Amino acid sequence: MSELLLQLQDLHVHYGVIHALQGINMNIERGTIVTLIGGNGAGKSTTLRAVSGLLRPTHGSILFEGQPIHQLAAHRIVRRGIAHAPEGRGIFPNLSVEENLMLGAYARNDREGIRSDRTKSLALFPRLAERLRQRAGTLSGGEQQMLAIARALMARPRLLLLDEPSLGLAPQIVQVIFRIIRQINAEGVTILLVEQNAHMALSIADQAYVIQTGKVIKHGPARELLTDKDIQKAYLGG
Amino acid sequence: MIRSIFAPLMVLLIAIGVHGLVGRYDDGYWINQLTIIGIAIILAVSLNIVNGFTGQFSIGHAGFLSLGGYLAGSLLYYGSVMFFQTRPEPGFFSFTQPFDRMDPTIVWWGIGDLFFLCVCLSAGLFAAVAGLIVGLPSLRLRGDYLAIVTVGFGEIVRILIESSQRQVPLSRLNRADGWDLVTGWGSAMGFNYIPKFGSLFWVYLFVGITILTAIRLKYSTHGRAYLSIREDEIAAEAMGVRSTRYKIQAFVISAFFAGIAGALTASSQGTINATELAFMKSLEIVVIVVLGGMGSVSGAVLAAVVLTYLPELLQAETFARYRLILYALVLIFVMILRPRGLMGTREVWDVFRRRRGVQG
Ligand SMILES: Nc1ncnc2c1ncn2[C@@H]1O[C@H](COP(=O)(O)OP(=O)(O)O)[C@@H](O)[C@H]1O
Ligand SMILES: [Mg+2]
Repeated sequence: MSELLLQLQDLHVHYGVIHALQGINMNIERGTIVTLIGGNGAGKSTTLRAVSGLLRPTHGSILFEGQPIHQLAAHRIVRRGIAHAPEGRGIFPNLSVEENLMLGAYARNDREGIRSDRTKSLALFPRLAERLRQRAGTLSGGEQQMLAIARALMARPRLLLLDEPSLGLAPQIVQVIFRIIRQINAEGVTILLVEQNAHMALSIADQAYVIQTGKVIKHGPARELLTDKDIQKAYLGG
Repeated sequence: MIRSIFAPLMVLLIAIGVHGLVGRYDDGYWINQLTIIGIAIILAVSLNIVNGFTGQFSIGHAGFLSLGGYLAGSLLYYGSVMFFQTRPEPGFFSFTQPFDRMDPTIVWWGIGDLFFLCVCLSAGLFAAVAGLIVGLPSLRLRGDYLAIVTVGFGEIVRILIESSQRQVPLSRLNRADGWDLVTGWGSAMGFNYIPKFGSLFWVYLFVGITILTAIRLKYSTHGRAYLSIREDEIAAEAMGVRSTRYKIQAFVISAFFAGIAGALTASSQGTINATELAFMKSLEIVVIVVLGGMGSVSGAVLAAVVLTYLPELLQAETFARYRLILYALVLIFVMILRPRGLMGTREVWDVFRRRRGVQG
């Protein structure tokens, strides 16, 4: 039997008067890859921001390992074991690759653990290992995305939130990134993957949620959604 | 352990060295110049902690300078009479003139020096508390609120001081009640006859402490957190950096050193005037930081030296007339040619290291 790692219960988020999330419910089991797909402005990024504490929900609750976390500040949530690789990568362009990685481990104090996670992350992304002293802003788009993921891994998360990791990348690079996402998951990290590239996302995920204007309109095993007529029409191009 | 003691010890020795050498051979000109330059370094390096490290934009540094200066002025002027019945004589380390004018019976280190050290720290703490009050509401928000609030703060401080009462003459001091002393900050006439303790020793001691603090901050985990806030505040928070707390911390540290610079100004010149420490003064410090490089400690030091001493070389009076134009031009050219300032975030030693790295 698998256990629930993250639960969103009737989650509402407002940006001022904009009602961006209108009662989201989600259950994420430990060890799985769950994808959240939907069109532009559906509320995918907002959901991730609420989970990682960058936004405070106006209603509803978020339970992580059974504990409510929706009242906690972002820095406490990172310490609980949730890392967020934000939309647009959110790397620090004028800091070096190394400094970016170290900021990923900001919430930790265990030197030994940090060092071993650094080695692991760099083994996962050898291209970063060659560019440790380079300014992150001078990396290619794919490398920046790799850095964003590697940096998130430096927090040694149990839950990794990835916001559109394939955005703006060449198909071969996307393949590499998705292969690494699988690899990370195989090592036991649960992943919540937001994608507009629904085909790729559904093909690696276990479960999927489809979200539209702030509401979940469909969810189920990813394999089933991949063959779902409505989903094919709306998100898979035919 | 050795490393942590070594740097402060160096600072102390350098301060003693500057004080001793210049005081021994100078006729007064260099003491004055080096004092002004030193204070400019403290102001620039401390403002850089906010504007350079955390990427916030404060343009009210002169407000903290004024607060520290006036608090130090009152403590030295009224306080010395109240606490010591007379002005405590400065010892050797607080002697602000060339040594050949020194009374041979002068003590090396007296109660007056200790008093002045306490005055400096009080001025710093006073400014730091003001920094906390200004920073708390404005730094909780992201964006440019700090710039607006600090401009307002600087002007409020100036106007409050200008509308304060005249200084109470020392001869009437016994008749004056406490409230008079608190409000007797000299109005628009400035606060005058402040006992002089602000020697080169104190100035360069605090220059050293300010630089050391800034460098330690920059290369610590805190420093990396500061820089991440400057780069992308939301991403920094996603890493677990408590951005509000760090911004306020940086702002308070920065205000502390501005307050100390105020104390040094007041007691090296013997006078302080808020009218001269208006918006233009804040802008001057911003120009130094922008020119030196946002986030570069050594850049701020270099720019402070150049921009303080240059007007002296170029004949102060002609320069004063065109100062505004010159600052604007400097800012525009820096923005076009080197938008991150002459040094960027790098330090002088990074530049050499990188050169070597490329060759090797
Ligand atoms: N910072 C913001 N301020 C105001 N409205 C926002 C902000 N961010 C997102 N929104 C709005 O919230 C809704 C959901 O946005 P978002 O979660 O970014 O969508 P997605 O990631 O699915 O494309 C959109 O209508 C968007 O316009
Ligand atoms: Mg989005």
